[in-house]
Amino acid sequence: MSVTIQSENGRRAPPVFSVVATIAKTLGTIAITMLGLLFITFVIGRIMPIDPLISILGERASKEMYEATYIKLGLDKPLVVQFFYYLWDVVRGDFGVSRLTARPVVDDIIRVFPATLELATIGTFIGVFVGIPLGVVAAVKRGTWIDQTARVIALVGYSMPIFWLGLVGLLVFYGILGWVGGPGRVGIFYVDLVPTVTGLILVDSILDGQWDVFRDAVSHIILPASLLGYYSLAYISRMTRSFMLEQMNAEYITTARVKGLSEWAVVWRHAFGNIKVPLITVVALSYAGLLEGSVLTEIIFSWPGIGSYITTALLSADMNAVLGGTVVVGLVFVCLNIFSDMLYKFFDPRAR
Amino acid sequence: MRHITKLIAGTAIGLTMAMGTLPVYAETPANMLVIANRIDDIITLDPAESFEFAGSDVSRNVYGKLVNFDPLNLDAGYEPDLAESWVVSEDGKTITFTMREGVKFHSGNPVTAEDAEFSLRRAVTLNKTPSFILTQFGFTADNVNDVIVADGNTLSITTDKKYATSFVLNCLASVIGGIVDKKTVMANEADGDLGNNWLKTNSAGSGAYRVVSWKPNESVTLSANEDFYKGAPAMKRVIVRHIQESATQRLLLEKGDIDVARNLNPEDVAGISGKEGIAIDNELRGRLMYFSLNQKHPELAKPQVRQALKYLADYEGMQNSFLNGQYTIHQAFLPRTYLGAIDDKPFSLDIEKAKAMLAEAGVSDLEIEVGVREAQERVEIAQSLQNTFAQAGIKLNITVGTAKQILTRYRARELDMYLGAWGPDYPDPQTNAGTFAYNPDNSDEAKATGLLAYRNAWDPGDMNQQVEAAVVEADRDVRRKMYEDMQREHQMKSPFAVMFQKIEQTGRAEAVKNLNLGGAVTAVAYWPVTK
Repeated sequence: MSVTIQSENGRRAPPVFSVVATIAKTLGTIAITMLGLLFITFVIGRIMPIDPLISILGERASKEMYEATYIKLGLDKPLVVQFFYYLWDVVRGDFGVSRLTARPVVDDIIRVFPATLELATIGTFIGVFVGIPLGVVAAVKRGTWIDQTARVIALVGYSMPIFWLGLVGLLVFYGILGWVGGPGRVGIFYVDLVPTVTGLILVDSILDGQWDVFRDAVSHIILPASLLGYYSLAYISRMTRSFMLEQMNAEYITTARVKGLSEWAVVWRHAFGNIKVPLITVVALSYAGLLEGSVLTEIIFSWPGIGSYITTALLSADMNAVLGGTVVVGLVFVCLNIFSDMLYKFFDPRAR
Repeated sequence: MRHITKLIAGTAIGLTMAMGTLPVYAETPANMLVIANRIDDIITLDPAESFEFAGSDVSRNVYGKLVNFDPLNLDAGYEPDLAESWVVSEDGKTITFTMREGVKFHSGNPVTAEDAEFSLRRAVTLNKTPSFILTQFGFTADNVNDVIVADGNTLSITTDKKYATSFVLNCLASVIGGIVDKKTVMANEADGDLGNNWLKTNSAGSGAYRVVSWKPNESVTLSANEDFYKGAPAMKRVIVRHIQESATQRLLLEKGDIDVARNLNPEDVAGISGKEGIAIDNELRGRLMYFSLNQKHPELAKPQVRQALKYLADYEGMQNSFLNGQYTIHQAFLPRTYLGAIDDKPFSLDIEKAKAMLAEAGVSDLEIEVGVREAQERVEIAQSLQNTFAQAGIKLNITVGTAKQILTRYRARELDMYLGAWGPDYPDPQTNAGTFAYNPDNSDEAKATGLLAYRNAWDPGDMNQQVEAAVVEADRDVRRKMYEDMQREHQMKSPFAVMFQKIEQTGRAEAVKNLNLGGAVTAVAYWPVTK
């Protein structure tokens, strides 16, 4: 019997079957990764050498209040049981209430994540659209002044502390020149003017047709986004350059040149075509890094994003918020990984 | 985060010179007050639960109380607010308040004795962190219906024994004494929580302002109550923005995008003082910086050692260097501006005297651990102490941790020495006397971890009785004298070395007038502000 089935399946599976299998496999990967992440965050949350109850009740709580809360939180149950309670809550989308904000962690994340998403996305766009051409040109013009300039730009972006650049940027472009808005997502006159739909102020203000709010939001986001973009372009341009150098020395490039192809076609169609796949990984990782929230940038620009949310929660032992935030960041990483896997398949037939 | 702050501060100092050229504008509208402050400590806006600085700032402007402090005359002490007058019964246990007529909540409902009854009973029943401010008078969830009673236009509260009237009224003037709108709150009750969950993020008061929104780590927006019984406030909207960094606050102030910057560090204060259009205010706050010695440690329990270490702190040096503009020398457990506060400063750095005392106690090669929270000025104080202690042959090992780590060990009486700050809980001297000088049961089983004396395993002996006596003394002047004497004795024999009292430096646009932060006894008031 089993032999028959094996012989039937020995042939290549039909396409529909393969898609279903791929989706199932992907979901399985997500589930296992998230389970592992939840387990680790849970364990870290429980072995921290701090008393979660002091952070909930304050240091002046009475003994009775302490004990009542201890039982209410299920801390008297075995750790394994607590983990399954935790898992069940998370599956239902319940990360508990943040002690610091007095709101459900899910609501908090819905509030702070768009702020980070907006900043990280624009930053990554800048990183990609400036960093990649810069890297390609540096590789093609290797050793020339163009290459050297690109190297210096990248080095500065890499090595200058972002809080320093942030403060100097604020001082120059906001303080002295007045070209951009100050800290915060919008100026005080525009706070709460547009109804929240997506949480992304740039999008919400367009949806609501409030162009002055949109302009104000752009003037506020441009500086921090450029800083993050600069940081990410430094990384992307250096990686692009080294990928390109590898290709430019390959024999097929020489062949292409011998065939009389234009330099443009050689560089962009042949060489660049072959580095798209590794570049996707670089860009995805850089984007994921920015989506974690850049704590320093958020602090300097008073940007209410997920980075400062998790950091503040961590320092105040607000474990519900820390665990919720960590899980969301983990989910973002997993999703970006899967997304870049799919892009691989699109760009590279061998990966299909 | 503290390291980050330090780095940023360092950068900011470097930028100070460059900022000299910034022009000053006044751009905020004339009827709007915009304040930069760190508001990440707010965890609730419910007056029965709120116990943090930024939360008290909101509460003071949103909720009326039976008695309250006048922001323009804090020294006068409590004054009538929602209660117009009060009488004390002959046995001294019952205070009967007559409510002010014609005052309305933001909802339009009239403020009645029933609302006051509900609010105080609610605070006791909810039993949240600050509830001890009321329950110390013998109120419990079981007896509130008998001891807090409204009758027509009057409200009577009956304490379990006779207390100084000033003590009771001072406590009612703290945040937990805020009177909430019973109808509105009960309309938003869920699962018998007396509206606690709703009031965490909403307001139902009768004060000068109502809460428009509180966005954690982002902003608090208040709008004026046009029907405020003392008259509509001049500032129609107050926006408090969470700006973490001093350098950023300064930039915003100089650009005129904010009116008040509340967390400027000394470098930034120095950078903007004398600038046109900007003024700097110095206000004494209630926070004390102290170190204390665990009496379980056999050497630290010796009176000469306790005394010697108090001579081994460079008070002047610290005040004039890294604490400049942030703290001023203060060596008694009541902050200045409190009833009974004293200004005696018996201790100063005296290595020889300390050495002699240590020799007398037969102590040599002492090595002790001090627990410090990861906050810049505290670590710096610890380092200064490490240096001066070493000159007398004492090795001080500094353990830096998060607030929770250090506090957990302090409460468990595990630290040899603790260095940290203490803020009074309510505007009466008992708040500090009852923790620095009171510990009726010093056994480990007592678990009185809320008392500082307990955390240091110190038995204050007859000071326990002195504290108890001062709390019931009806005569205000006699009571003041009792606290003065108590502190002088405490300075000499306790294991506590109070070193400094907090000064808050605020940068404000010069046009902003009558901004009072509340001194040591209360919080900021926005309603008298004009600009």
